[in-house]
Amino acid sequence: MKILVPVKQVAVLDEDFELRDDGKDVDVDFLDYELNEWDDFAWEAALQLQEQHGDVIEIVPMTVGPEEASDSLLKCLGKGGERAIRVWHESLQDSDPAVIARVIAKVAQREQADMVFAGTLASDHGYSQTGVSVAAELNWAKAAVVSKVNISPNASCIQVNRELEGGLEESIEVQCPAVLTIQLGINEPRYASLRGIKQAKAKPIEVLSHTDLGLQDSDVGIAGSRSRVRRMVMPAKGQAELIEGSVVEQAARLADIVKQLRGGV
Amino acid sequence: MNSILVIAEQRRGELMPSSLECIGAAVELKSSNNSTVIVAIIAANASEFVSQLSLEGVDEVITIVSPVAHFQADFSEAAALSLINDRQPSLVLAPHSVDAWGYIPALATTGNYGIASDVFAIRYEDGNLIATRAAYAEKLHQELEFPSYATTVLTVRGNTFKVIEQSGNPVVSDFAAPAVDLRTKHIEYIEPEGGGEVDITQAELMLSIGRGIAEEDNVEQFAELADNMGFTLGCSRPIADNGWLPKYRQVGQSGKTVANCQVYIAMGISGSVQHMAGMKHVANIIAVNTDPEASIFSIARYGVVADIFDIAEELETHFE
Ligand SMILES: Cc1cc2nc3c(=O)[nH]c(=O)nc-3n(C[C@H](O)[C@H](O)[C@H](O)COP(=O)(O)OP(=O)(O)OC[C@H]3O[C@@H](n4cnc5c(N)ncnc54)[C@H](O)[C@@H]3O)c2cc1C
Repeated sequence: MKILVPVKQVAVLDEDFELRDDGKDVDVDFLDYELNEWDDFAWEAALQLQEQHGDVIEIVPMTVGPEEASDSLLKCLGKGGERAIRVWHESLQDSDPAVIARVIAKVAQREQADMVFAGTLASDHGYSQTGVSVAAELNWAKAAVVSKVNISPNASCIQVNRELEGGLEESIEVQCPAVLTIQLGINEPRYASLRGIKQAKAKPIEVLSHTDLGLQDSDVGIAGSRSRVRRMVMPAKGQAELIEGSVVEQAARLADIVKQLRGGV
Repeated sequence: MNSILVIAEQRRGELMPSSLECIGAAVELKSSNNSTVIVAIIAANASEFVSQLSLEGVDEVITIVSPVAHFQADFSEAAALSLINDRQPSLVLAPHSVDAWGYIPALATTGNYGIASDVFAIRYEDGNLIATRAAYAEKLHQELEFPSYATTVLTVRGNTFKVIEQSGNPVVSDFAAPAVDLRTKHIEYIEPEGGGEVDITQAELMLSIGRGIAEEDNVEQFAELADNMGFTLGCSRPIADNGWLPKYRQVGQSGKTVANCQVYIAMGISGSVQHMAGMKHVANIIAVNTDPEASIFSIARYGVVADIFDIAEELETHFE
């Protein structure tokens, strides 16, 4: 049984940043990258299943992104798995989640994967679309915001918990093959060992383009997207009164405010 | 005639309040889009929701009877797909809820629609739909457009659009959804753990800690500070997920809404949309964060750009 785990290298804004000339995104020079937190939980869920059931379960991380995105794959491989897949071509630039899902689905088919564990959302843009779109591309069953997984290899269905609003959960049965979107807190992601990190560098990362997967230029990038960025805008500044000064002054003022507000309650 | 379709949601026999906000958004838009507003409800007992959905400005309420009592992604997707095929709305609105996350993206893929999630502003410019949502951890906003799609589906952020109070007199009809293979099956609901020693929904004064506290050992210091100040201790999700504080202290979408809170001090909390869902209504929000761009400042009344440990240490001297 093969589990494909698509991961995203999310962008974190520098404190001061500038937009690109076309105003549609941030200039990449002002972005730092890290592995999406949700995907760390998804990869851990796959690792734990493999530990439980042994080699009957194969786990493969993949990403859609340029060379630098390999860091996220290395982070996964440092903890386990034998190989990874990275898909990129410049025409994938500015793809929306629908396009990313199309690419992931093609990889799942090529790999003959039985399950896809995606993150529930990514911390940069919070789309919460990709995993469930992958399921539609593959015509598979799906469950979003999964907080518990119970799988026996090769069973025709699995049992998972969906996390609903307000801390309520729903336990459901899902037919395989399926896409699950994994929620925070489902497990405790491990840290890679130094040895693991070293070994990861020797593990193969296969690099593919969209055309290797049978997709056309018109299927990807802006052309293939279901939404198009018109422009990025700075949100209106909040109304917050900034409390300035030294820490001693800030704390004193804060204490005054708290005492005054507390009196009113 | 052009139409806007709202897909309302229910859970365990209760209409999800976010559905009413979607109706509010649709009715606000209908004049600029010169369209009718259709509200569909998918439920085993769909007809029971008709009166709640019959609000002023709604032209038609459509009931879709589900073969199962609980949300089921395949059925919702197939029902929405065939209704959209039938009515050809240019815009479809659904709450940005966990259930919607479970099928709306698939609906857009299968139906070949435009899509955007977690949208908090919607407008038309020269007849073109423009939706605004957040980007980069809420620090920027992106305006999206959907050229070449006859139908676009948007999931709508909660607590953004006004609910309509007046009732209306819409046409009511029933829509028969196609039978589909249901690939998931409800087993049971699992209730959240009990309230524990405090009920934060009752608290008027709260001090909440987030990932900025860095380590479990640091929790104690903030617990003491909150105590000395007469505040109830709350937290963001990572603190509860790590087991550093019990889940019943978690504020937010998957935790609790601090409905009675008057003063909320957020320490080392970035202000994710899911955290804000539980506290952004509070009148007096005080945020302490080292990152001046943290989105929590956008809803705060007072902001302190500083290290929470420095501030906490100093604050202690004022509340002994
Ligand atoms: C379906 C779903 C439901 C969710 N439900 C909830 C929920 O109910 N509640 C919830 O909180 N989250 C929820 N989340 C998670 C949410 O998306 C965020 O991951 C979470 O809120 C982040 O918590 P945080 O702000 O503490 O951490 P971070 O986002 O990591 O922010 C930490 C902040 O601390 C600041 N900081 C760090 N060190 C210091 C210091 N020394 N001094 C001052 N500031 C410092 C940083 O600048 C940063 O702004 C949910 C997510 C999903 C997908």
